[in-house]
Amino acid sequence: MGLAKRIIPCLDCDKGRVVKGVKFLEIRDAGDPVEVSKRYCDEGADEITFLDITASHEDRRTTVETVSAIAGEVFIPLTVGGGIRNLDDIREMLNAGADKVAINTAAVLNPELVKQAAERFGSQCIVVAVDAKQVNRKHEEKKWEIFTHGGRKATGKDAIDWVKKMVESGAGEILLTSMDRDGTKNGFDLELKRQVSRAVTVPIIASGGVGNLEHLAEGILKGEADAVLAASIFHFGEFTIGQAKTYMAGQGIEVRL
Amino acid sequence: MNKVAVIDYGMGNLHSVTKAIEYVGRELGEETEVLVTSNAQDISQSDRIVFPGVGAIRDCMAEIKRLGIDKKIQDAIKEKPILAICVGMQALMKQSEENHGVQCIGLFDGEVKFFGDPLLDSENRIMKVPHMGWNQVRQTKNHALWRDIPDHSRFYFVHSYYVDTEDLEKVAGITNYGLDIVSCLSKENIFAVQFHPEKSQKMGQTLLRNFLTWDGQ
Repeated sequence: MGLAKRIIPCLDCDKGRVVKGVKFLEIRDAGDPVEVSKRYCDEGADEITFLDITASHEDRRTTVETVSAIAGEVFIPLTVGGGIRNLDDIREMLNAGADKVAINTAAVLNPELVKQAAERFGSQCIVVAVDAKQVNRKHEEKKWEIFTHGGRKATGKDAIDWVKKMVESGAGEILLTSMDRDGTKNGFDLELKRQVSRAVTVPIIASGGVGNLEHLAEGILKGEADAVLAASIFHFGEFTIGQAKTYMAGQGIEVRL
Repeated sequence: MNKVAVIDYGMGNLHSVTKAIEYVGRELGEETEVLVTSNAQDISQSDRIVFPGVGAIRDCMAEIKRLGIDKKIQDAIKEKPILAICVGMQALMKQSEENHGVQCIGLFDGEVKFFGDPLLDSENRIMKVPHMGWNQVRQTKNHALWRDIPDHSRFYFVHSYYVDTEDLEKVAGITNYGLDIVSCLSKENIFAVQFHPEKSQKMGQTLLRNFLTWDGQ
Protein backbone atom coordinates (compact mmCIF):
# COMPACT_ATOMS: atom_id res chain seq x y z
CA MET A 1 0.00 0.00 0.00
CA GLY A 2 1.17 3.52 -0.68
CA LEU A 3 0.24 6.53 -2.74
CA ALA A 4 -3.26 6.32 -4.22
CA LYS A 5 -4.09 7.14 -7.82
CA ARG A 6 -6.32 10.18 -7.92
CA ILE A 7 -9.76 10.75 -9.44
CA ILE A 8 -10.34 14.38 -10.30
CA PRO A 9 -13.71 15.68 -11.43
CA CYS A 10 -13.36 18.71 -13.66
CA LEU A 11 -15.69 21.69 -13.60
CA ASP A 12 -15.63 23.65 -16.83
CA CYS A 13 -17.17 26.96 -15.84
CA ASP A 14 -18.67 29.78 -17.83
CA LYS A 15 -19.98 32.92 -16.11
CA GLY A 16 -20.30 31.16 -12.77
CA ARG A 17 -22.00 27.98 -14.03
CA VAL A 18 -20.64 24.49 -14.64
CA VAL A 19 -20.95 23.60 -18.32
CA LYS A 20 -19.66 20.84 -20.53
CA GLY A 21 -18.92 20.88 -24.22
CA VAL A 22 -18.15 18.20 -26.77
CA LYS A 23 -14.81 18.57 -28.55
CA PHE A 24 -14.61 22.06 -27.06
CA LEU A 25 -18.04 22.98 -28.57
CA GLU A 26 -21.80 22.39 -27.90
CA ILE A 27 -22.17 23.58 -24.33
CA ARG A 28 -24.63 22.10 -21.72
CA ASP A 29 -25.40 23.50 -18.25
CA ALA A 30 -24.42 21.24 -15.33
CA GLY A 31 -25.07 23.27 -12.20
CA ASP A 32 -23.68 25.59 -9.55
CA PRO A 33 -19.92 25.11 -9.08
CA VAL A 34 -19.96 25.33 -5.27
CA GLU A 35 -22.77 22.78 -4.95
CA VAL A 36 -21.21 20.49 -7.53
CA SER A 37 -17.80 20.70 -5.81
CA LYS A 38 -19.31 19.87 -2.42
CA ARG A 39 -21.10 16.87 -3.84
CA TYR A 40 -17.92 15.54 -5.45
CA CYS A 41 -15.94 16.10 -2.29
CA ASP A 42 -18.51 14.16 -0.25
CA GLU A 43 -18.45 11.36 -2.81
CA GLY A 44 -14.69 11.03 -2.31
CA ALA A 45 -13.09 13.12 -5.08
CA ASP A 46 -9.36 13.40 -4.50
CA GLU A 47 -9.09 16.89 -5.95
CA ILE A 48 -11.22 19.34 -7.88
CA THR A 49 -10.16 21.05 -11.08
CA PHE A 50 -11.94 24.24 -12.03
CA LEU A 51 -11.46 25.46 -15.59
CA ASP A 52 -12.74 28.88 -16.55
CA ILE A 53 -13.55 28.24 -20.20
CA THR A 54 -14.51 31.73 -21.29
CA ALA A 55 -11.99 33.59 -19.19
CA SER A 56 -12.90 36.93 -20.71
CA HIS A 57 -11.72 39.88 -18.71
CA GLU A 58 -15.20 41.00 -17.60
CA ASP A 59 -15.96 37.64 -16.02
CA ARG A 60 -12.73 37.51 -14.07
CA ARG A 61 -14.40 38.76 -10.85
CA THR A 62 -17.03 36.01 -11.05
CA THR A 63 -14.30 33.40 -11.35
CA VAL A 64 -12.34 34.71 -8.36
CA GLU A 65 -15.52 34.81 -6.26
CA THR A 66 -16.50 31.30 -7.30
CA VAL A 67 -13.03 29.95 -6.50
CA SER A 68 -13.14 31.62 -3.11
CA ALA A 69 -16.59 30.17 -2.40
CA ILE A 70 -15.47 26.65 -3.35
CA ALA A 71 -12.29 26.94 -1.26
CA GLY A 72 -14.34 27.95 1.78
CA GLU A 73 -16.46 24.78 1.59
CA VAL A 74 -14.30 22.09 0.07
CA PHE A 75 -11.19 20.89 1.88
CA ILE A 76 -9.42 18.94 -0.81
CA PRO A 77 -6.92 20.38 -3.31
CA LEU A 78 -8.34 22.80 -5.84
CA THR A 79 -6.70 23.54 -9.19
CA VAL A 80 -7.83 26.57 -11.16
CA GLY A 81 -7.14 27.11 -14.85
CA GLY A 82 -8.31 29.22 -17.75
CA GLY A 83 -7.14 32.71 -18.51
CA ILE A 84 -4.06 32.62 -16.27
CA ARG A 85 -1.79 35.07 -18.07
CA ASN A 86 0.83 36.32 -15.64
CA LEU A 87 2.19 36.19 -12.10
CA ASP A 88 -0.52 38.55 -10.83
CA ASP A 89 -3.25 36.23 -12.12
CA ILE A 90 -1.57 33.33 -10.33
CA ARG A 91 -1.28 35.25 -7.08
CA GLU A 92 -4.92 36.32 -7.32
CA MET A 93 -6.11 32.72 -7.73
CA LEU A 94 -3.89 31.40 -4.93
CA ASN A 95 -5.12 34.17 -2.64
CA ALA A 96 -8.70 33.29 -3.56
CA GLY A 97 -8.02 29.77 -2.28
CA ALA A 98 -6.70 27.78 -5.23
CA ASP A 99 -3.96 25.33 -4.31
CA LYS A 100 -2.62 25.04 -7.83
CA VAL A 101 -3.05 26.96 -11.05
CA ALA A 102 -3.09 25.43 -14.51
CA ILE A 103 -1.28 27.43 -17.18
CA ASN A 104 -1.83 26.69 -20.85
CA THR A 105 -1.80 29.40 -23.53
CA ALA A 106 0.30 31.81 -21.48
CA ALA A 107 3.07 29.22 -21.12
CA VAL A 108 3.33 29.02 -24.90
CA LEU A 109 3.21 32.78 -25.42
CA ASN A 110 5.71 33.40 -22.64
CA PRO A 111 7.89 30.37 -21.87
CA GLU A 112 9.55 32.24 -18.98
CA LEU A 113 6.23 32.43 -17.11
CA VAL A 114 6.35 28.86 -15.81
CA LYS A 115 9.92 29.30 -14.58
CA GLN A 116 9.13 32.58 -12.84
CA ALA A 117 5.93 31.17 -11.35
CA ALA A 118 7.67 28.05 -10.03
CA GLU A 119 10.41 30.16 -8.46
CA ARG A 120 7.93 32.55 -6.89
CA PHE A 121 5.18 30.19 -5.75
CA GLY A 122 6.84 26.76 -5.82
CA SER A 123 6.55 23.99 -8.41
CA GLN A 124 3.91 22.26 -6.29
CA CYS A 125 1.29 24.80 -7.35
CA ILE A 126 2.21 25.15 -11.02
CA VAL A 127 0.36 22.78 -13.33
CA VAL A 128 1.01 23.06 -17.04
CA ALA A 129 -2.10 22.18 -19.02
CA VAL A 130 -1.44 20.76 -22.46
CA ASP A 131 -4.07 20.34 -25.20
CA ALA A 132 -2.62 17.87 -27.66
CA LYS A 133 -3.89 16.59 -30.97
CA GLN A 134 -2.54 13.74 -33.06
CA VAL A 135 -1.06 15.16 -36.27
CA ASN A 136 0.86 12.36 -37.98
CA ARG A 137 -0.42 10.87 -41.23
CA LYS A 138 -1.50 7.23 -41.36
CA HIS A 139 1.44 4.78 -41.29
CA GLU A 140 3.69 7.47 -39.86
CA GLU A 141 5.07 7.32 -36.35
CA LYS A 142 2.58 8.78 -33.83
CA LYS A 143 3.05 12.46 -33.18
CA TRP A 144 1.06 15.05 -31.26
CA GLU A 145 0.99 18.81 -31.55
CA ILE A 146 -0.05 21.22 -28.83
CA PHE A 147 -2.81 23.79 -29.33
CA THR A 148 -3.60 26.95 -27.41
CA HIS A 149 -6.61 29.25 -26.90
CA GLY A 150 -8.91 26.42 -25.83
CA GLY A 151 -7.79 24.25 -28.70
CA ARG A 152 -8.32 26.84 -31.42
CA LYS A 153 -4.72 27.69 -32.33
CA ALA A 154 -2.06 25.33 -33.60
CA THR A 155 1.46 26.00 -32.34
CA GLY A 156 3.62 23.64 -34.40
CA LYS A 157 5.15 22.41 -31.12
CA ASP A 158 5.62 18.71 -30.47
CA ALA A 159 3.72 17.63 -27.34
CA ILE A 160 6.44 15.40 -25.86
CA ASP A 161 9.19 17.99 -26.34
CA TRP A 162 6.96 20.69 -24.92
CA VAL A 163 6.11 18.75 -21.78
CA LYS A 164 9.80 18.00 -21.14
CA LYS A 165 10.61 21.67 -21.53
CA MET A 166 7.85 22.70 -19.13
CA VAL A 167 9.03 20.25 -16.47
CA GLU A 168 12.57 21.60 -16.80
CA SER A 169 11.12 25.08 -16.30
CA GLY A 170 9.54 23.99 -13.04
CA ALA A 171 6.06 22.59 -13.77
CA GLY A 172 5.08 20.37 -10.84
CA GLU A 173 2.39 18.45 -12.68
CA ILE A 174 1.03 18.04 -16.23
CA LEU A 175 -2.67 18.12 -17.09
CA LEU A 176 -2.74 16.36 -20.43
CA THR A 177 -5.87 16.61 -22.59
CA SER A 178 -6.33 14.77 -25.88
CA MET A 179 -8.32 17.14 -28.05
CA ASP A 180 -9.31 14.35 -30.41
CA ARG A 181 -11.02 12.61 -27.52
CA ASP A 182 -12.37 15.43 -25.36
CA GLY A 183 -16.13 15.02 -24.90
CA THR A 184 -16.31 12.01 -27.22
CA LYS A 185 -16.58 9.34 -24.48
CA ASN A 186 -14.34 7.08 -26.56
CA GLY A 187 -11.65 6.74 -23.90
CA PHE A 188 -8.25 8.36 -23.39
CA ASP A 189 -5.57 8.50 -26.06
CA LEU A 190 -3.52 5.94 -24.10
CA GLU A 191 -0.46 6.06 -26.31
CA LEU A 192 -0.13 9.81 -25.76
CA LYS A 193 -0.55 9.47 -22.00
CA ARG A 194 2.01 6.71 -21.75
CA GLN A 195 4.61 8.50 -23.86
CA VAL A 196 4.26 11.71 -21.87
CA SER A 197 4.24 9.90 -18.52
CA ARG A 198 7.48 8.12 -19.41
CA ALA A 199 9.10 11.31 -20.71
CA VAL A 200 8.98 13.18 -17.38
CA THR A 201 9.20 12.46 -13.66
CA VAL A 202 6.35 14.72 -12.47
CA PRO A 203 2.79 13.39 -12.10
CA ILE A 204 0.51 13.28 -15.15
CA ILE A 205 -3.24 13.86 -15.05
CA ALA A 206 -4.96 12.14 -17.96
CA SER A 207 -7.89 14.04 -19.46
CA GLY A 208 -10.18 13.94 -22.45
CA GLY A 209 -12.49 11.19 -23.59
CA VAL A 210 -13.75 9.34 -20.51
CA GLY A 211 -17.10 7.70 -21.23
CA ASN A 212 -17.16 4.86 -18.72
CA LEU A 213 -15.36 3.49 -15.67
CA GLU A 214 -13.20 1.16 -17.70
CA HIS A 215 -11.69 4.20 -19.42
CA LEU A 216 -10.64 5.63 -16.04
CA ALA A 217 -8.89 2.39 -15.09
CA GLU A 218 -7.19 2.18 -18.50
CA GLY A 219 -5.77 5.66 -18.02
CA ILE A 220 -3.86 4.39 -15.01
CA LEU A 221 -3.07 0.83 -16.07
CA LYS A 222 -2.27 1.40 -19.75
CA GLY A 223 -1.78 5.17 -19.94
CA GLU A 224 0.47 5.10 -16.85
CA ALA A 225 -1.13 8.30 -15.56
CA ASP A 226 -0.98 9.27 -11.90
CA ALA A 227 -4.44 10.76 -11.88
CA VAL A 228 -7.49 10.67 -14.12
CA LEU A 229 -9.76 13.60 -14.81
CA ALA A 230 -13.32 13.45 -16.09
CA ALA A 231 -16.28 15.77 -16.35
CA SER A 232 -19.42 14.61 -18.10
CA ILE A 233 -19.65 11.07 -16.68
CA PHE A 234 -19.90 12.64 -13.22
CA HIS A 235 -21.89 15.80 -14.03
CA PHE A 236 -24.90 14.14 -15.56
CA GLY A 237 -25.26 11.46 -12.92
CA GLU A 238 -24.07 8.48 -14.96
CA PHE A 239 -21.57 7.50 -12.28
CA THR A 240 -20.59 8.71 -8.83
CA ILE A 241 -16.97 9.18 -7.79
CA GLY A 242 -17.53 6.36 -5.31
CA GLN A 243 -18.56 3.97 -8.08
CA ALA A 244 -15.49 4.95 -10.06
CA LYS A 245 -13.22 4.25 -7.11
CA THR A 246 -14.83 0.91 -6.31
CA TYR A 247 -14.42 -0.12 -9.93
CA MET A 248 -10.79 0.96 -10.05
CA ALA A 249 -10.00 -0.81 -6.77
CA GLY A 250 -11.49 -3.95 -8.33
CA GLN A 251 -8.99 -3.59 -11.17
CA GLY A 252 -6.15 -3.66 -8.66
CA ILE A 253 -5.58 0.11 -8.64
CA GLU A 254 -4.78 1.68 -5.30
CA VAL A 255 -7.38 4.35 -4.53
CA ARG A 256 -8.50 6.28 -1.47
CA LEU A 257 -11.79 4.68 -0.42
CA MET B 1 -12.56 32.36 22.49
CA ASN B 2 -9.94 30.16 20.90
CA LYS B 3 -7.30 32.34 19.25
CA VAL B 4 -5.21 30.71 16.56
CA ALA B 5 -2.24 32.52 15.05
CA VAL B 6 -1.33 31.31 11.57
CA ILE B 7 2.22 32.50 11.10
CA ASP B 8 2.58 34.52 7.91
CA TYR B 9 6.04 35.01 6.55
CA GLY B 10 4.99 35.88 3.04
CA MET B 11 5.43 32.42 1.55
CA GLY B 12 2.25 31.92 -0.34
CA ASN B 13 -1.18 30.79 0.33
CA LEU B 14 -2.54 30.68 3.88
CA HIS B 15 -6.13 30.87 2.71
CA SER B 16 -6.71 27.11 2.77
CA VAL B 17 -5.41 26.53 6.26
CA THR B 18 -7.26 29.56 7.63
CA LYS B 19 -10.55 28.54 6.05
CA ALA B 20 -10.18 24.96 7.22
CA ILE B 21 -9.53 25.98 10.84
CA GLU B 22 -12.47 28.40 10.79
CA TYR B 23 -14.69 25.67 9.38
CA VAL B 24 -13.63 23.15 12.03
CA GLY B 25 -14.02 25.81 14.73
CA ARG B 26 -17.61 26.42 13.60
CA GLU B 27 -18.28 22.68 13.70
CA LEU B 28 -16.96 22.56 17.25
CA GLY B 29 -19.46 25.27 18.12
CA GLU B 30 -16.76 27.27 19.78
CA GLU B 31 -15.78 30.79 18.86
CA THR B 32 -12.52 30.55 16.98
CA GLU B 33 -10.53 33.51 15.82
CA VAL B 34 -7.90 32.81 13.18
CA LEU B 35 -5.32 35.51 12.73
CA VAL B 36 -2.87 35.39 9.84
CA THR B 37 0.05 37.28 11.29
CA SER B 38 3.75 37.85 11.74
CA ASN B 39 3.19 40.27 14.59
CA ALA B 40 4.94 39.37 17.89
CA GLN B 41 2.06 40.64 20.01
CA ASP B 42 -0.56 38.65 18.07
CA ILE B 43 1.59 35.57 18.45
CA SER B 44 2.06 36.03 22.19
CA GLN B 45 -1.67 36.66 22.72
CA SER B 46 -2.79 33.62 20.77
CA ASP B 47 -3.83 30.33 22.37
CA ARG B 48 -2.23 28.17 19.72
CA ILE B 49 -0.02 28.49 16.69
CA VAL B 50 -0.07 27.07 13.20
CA PHE B 51 3.29 27.19 11.43
CA PRO B 52 2.72 26.58 7.71
CA GLY B 53 5.09 26.72 4.79
CA VAL B 54 5.15 26.21 1.05
CA GLY B 55 7.72 26.61 -1.66
CA ALA B 56 11.48 26.53 -1.38
CA ILE B 57 13.09 26.23 2.05
CA ARG B 58 15.80 28.80 1.31
CA ASP B 59 13.20 31.49 0.69
CA CYS B 60 11.16 30.35 3.70
CA MET B 61 14.14 30.46 6.06
CA ALA B 62 15.29 33.80 4.64
CA GLU B 63 11.87 35.32 5.40
CA ILE B 64 11.65 33.62 8.79
CA LYS B 65 14.99 35.21 9.72
CA ARG B 66 14.26 38.57 8.13
CA LEU B 67 10.98 38.93 10.02
CA GLY B 68 12.50 37.43 13.17
CA ILE B 69 9.78 34.77 13.24
CA ASP B 70 12.15 32.27 14.86
CA LYS B 71 12.63 34.67 17.77
CA LYS B 72 8.98 35.70 17.93
CA ILE B 73 7.80 32.13 18.32
CA GLN B 74 10.52 31.24 20.82
CA ASP B 75 8.37 31.79 23.91
CA ALA B 76 5.35 30.19 22.29
CA ILE B 77 7.44 27.17 21.44
CA LYS B 78 7.89 26.52 25.15
CA GLU B 79 4.22 26.43 26.05
CA LYS B 80 1.50 26.82 23.40
CA PRO B 81 0.20 24.03 21.21
CA ILE B 82 1.94 24.30 17.85
CA LEU B 83 1.04 22.61 14.60
CA ALA B 84 3.68 22.78 11.86
CA ILE B 85 2.64 21.87 8.32
CA CYS B 86 4.71 20.73 5.30
CA VAL B 87 7.65 23.13 4.80
CA GLY B 88 6.76 24.46 8.27
CA MET B 89 7.71 21.02 9.61
CA GLN B 90 10.87 20.96 7.51
CA ALA B 91 11.86 24.39 8.83
CA LEU B 92 11.87 22.98 12.37
CA MET B 93 14.65 20.51 11.51
CA LYS B 94 18.38 21.22 11.88
CA GLN B 95 19.06 21.59 8.17
CA SER B 96 17.83 20.91 4.67
CA GLU B 97 19.76 19.80 1.63
CA GLU B 98 17.39 21.79 -0.62
CA ASN B 99 18.92 24.83 -2.37
CA HIS B 100 22.47 23.49 -1.77
CA GLY B 101 22.04 23.26 1.98
CA VAL B 102 20.07 25.55 4.30
CA GLN B 103 20.33 25.88 8.08
CA CYS B 104 16.89 25.61 9.66
CA ILE B 105 15.41 26.38 13.09
CA GLY B 106 16.69 23.19 14.73
CA LEU B 107 13.88 22.30 17.13
CA PHE B 108 14.13 18.70 15.99
CA ASP B 109 17.25 16.67 15.30
CA GLY B 110 17.59 15.45 11.76
CA GLU B 111 17.59 16.83 8.26
CA VAL B 112 15.51 17.33 5.16
CA LYS B 113 16.55 15.28 2.12
CA PHE B 114 15.65 15.07 -1.55
CA PHE B 115 13.63 12.05 -2.67
CA GLY B 116 16.35 11.08 -5.09
CA ASP B 117 16.88 11.40 -8.76
CA PRO B 118 15.60 8.96 -9.72
CA LEU B 119 13.48 7.55 -6.92
CA LEU B 120 12.87 3.85 -7.57
CA ASP B 121 10.16 1.52 -6.30
CA SER B 122 10.71 -2.08 -5.15
CA GLU B 123 10.59 -3.25 -8.78
CA ASN B 124 13.09 -0.61 -9.89
CA ARG B 125 10.52 1.53 -11.68
CA ILE B 126 10.96 5.28 -11.58
CA MET B 127 8.56 6.96 -9.15
CA LYS B 128 7.16 10.42 -9.70
CA VAL B 129 8.57 13.34 -7.73
CA PRO B 130 6.99 15.41 -6.18
CA HIS B 131 5.26 12.89 -3.95
CA MET B 132 1.79 14.20 -4.71
CA GLY B 133 -1.54 12.83 -3.58
CA TRP B 134 -3.17 10.77 -0.85
CA ASN B 135 -0.88 8.45 1.06
CA GLN B 136 -1.21 6.50 4.27
CA VAL B 137 0.21 7.45 7.63
CA ARG B 138 1.21 4.70 10.05
CA GLN B 139 0.86 6.08 13.55
CA THR B 140 3.96 5.21 15.57
CA LYS B 141 2.85 6.64 18.88
CA ASN B 142 -0.30 7.53 20.73
CA HIS B 143 -1.03 11.20 20.55
CA ALA B 144 -3.97 13.51 21.27
CA LEU B 145 -3.90 14.65 17.63
CA TRP B 146 -4.49 11.09 16.40
CA ARG B 147 -7.76 10.79 18.34
CA ASP B 148 -10.57 9.36 16.16
CA ILE B 149 -8.18 8.91 13.22
CA PRO B 150 -7.78 5.24 12.25
CA ASP B 151 -4.22 4.01 11.79
CA HIS B 152 -3.14 4.02 8.10
CA SER B 153 -5.59 6.80 7.19
CA ARG B 154 -4.79 8.72 4.04
CA PHE B 155 -3.73 12.36 3.98
CA TYR B 156 -2.83 14.70 1.13
CA PHE B 157 0.89 15.15 0.48
CA VAL B 158 2.79 17.35 -1.93
CA HIS B 159 6.54 17.60 -1.48
CA SER B 160 9.87 16.73 -3.09
CA TYR B 161 11.94 16.75 0.11
CA TYR B 162 11.36 14.64 3.19
CA VAL B 163 12.35 14.63 6.85
CA ASP B 164 14.88 12.08 8.08
CA THR B 165 15.78 11.69 11.73
CA GLU B 166 17.46 9.20 14.01
CA ASP B 167 15.58 10.55 16.99
CA LEU B 168 12.91 7.88 16.70
CA GLU B 169 11.27 8.83 19.95
CA LYS B 170 9.97 12.00 18.26
CA VAL B 171 8.49 10.18 15.27
CA ALA B 172 4.68 10.11 15.42
CA GLY B 173 3.95 8.87 11.91
CA ILE B 174 5.63 7.09 9.00
CA THR B 175 4.64 7.06 5.33
CA ASN B 176 6.08 4.94 2.56
CA TYR B 177 6.93 6.40 -0.81
CA GLY B 178 9.78 4.40 -2.26
CA LEU B 179 11.24 4.56 1.22
CA ASP B 180 9.88 5.13 4.71
CA ILE B 181 9.71 8.83 5.42
CA VAL B 182 8.83 10.64 8.62
CA SER B 183 5.39 12.12 8.01
CA CYS B 184 4.81 13.30 11.61
CA LEU B 185 7.00 14.41 14.48
CA SER B 186 5.94 15.35 17.97
CA LYS B 187 7.48 16.52 21.19
CA GLU B 188 5.82 18.21 24.13
CA ASN B 189 3.53 20.93 22.76
CA ILE B 190 4.67 20.60 19.14
CA PHE B 191 3.10 18.44 16.45
CA ALA B 192 4.52 18.59 12.94
CA VAL B 193 3.12 16.99 9.80
CA GLN B 194 4.50 16.67 6.28
CA PHE B 195 1.00 16.35 4.78
CA HIS B 196 -1.67 19.03 4.51
CA PRO B 197 -4.46 18.48 7.05
CA GLU B 198 -6.27 21.51 5.60
CA LYS B 199 -6.53 19.64 2.28
CA SER B 200 -7.17 16.17 3.68
CA GLN B 201 -10.95 16.28 3.88
CA LYS B 202 -12.52 14.41 6.85
CA MET B 203 -9.30 13.02 8.35
CA GLY B 204 -7.60 16.37 8.05
CA GLN B 205 -10.55 18.08 9.71
CA THR B 206 -10.44 15.56 12.53
CA LEU B 207 -6.76 16.32 13.08
CA LEU B 208 -7.42 20.07 13.04
CA ARG B 209 -10.29 19.61 15.48
CA ASN B 210 -8.00 17.64 17.78
CA PHE B 211 -5.48 20.46 17.52
CA LEU B 212 -8.08 23.10 18.45
CA THR B 213 -8.94 21.20 21.60
CA TRP B 214 -5.40 20.06 22.47
CA ASP B 215 -3.86 21.37 25.68
CA GLY B 216 -0.34 20.77 24.38
CA GLN B 217 0.39 17.96 26.85
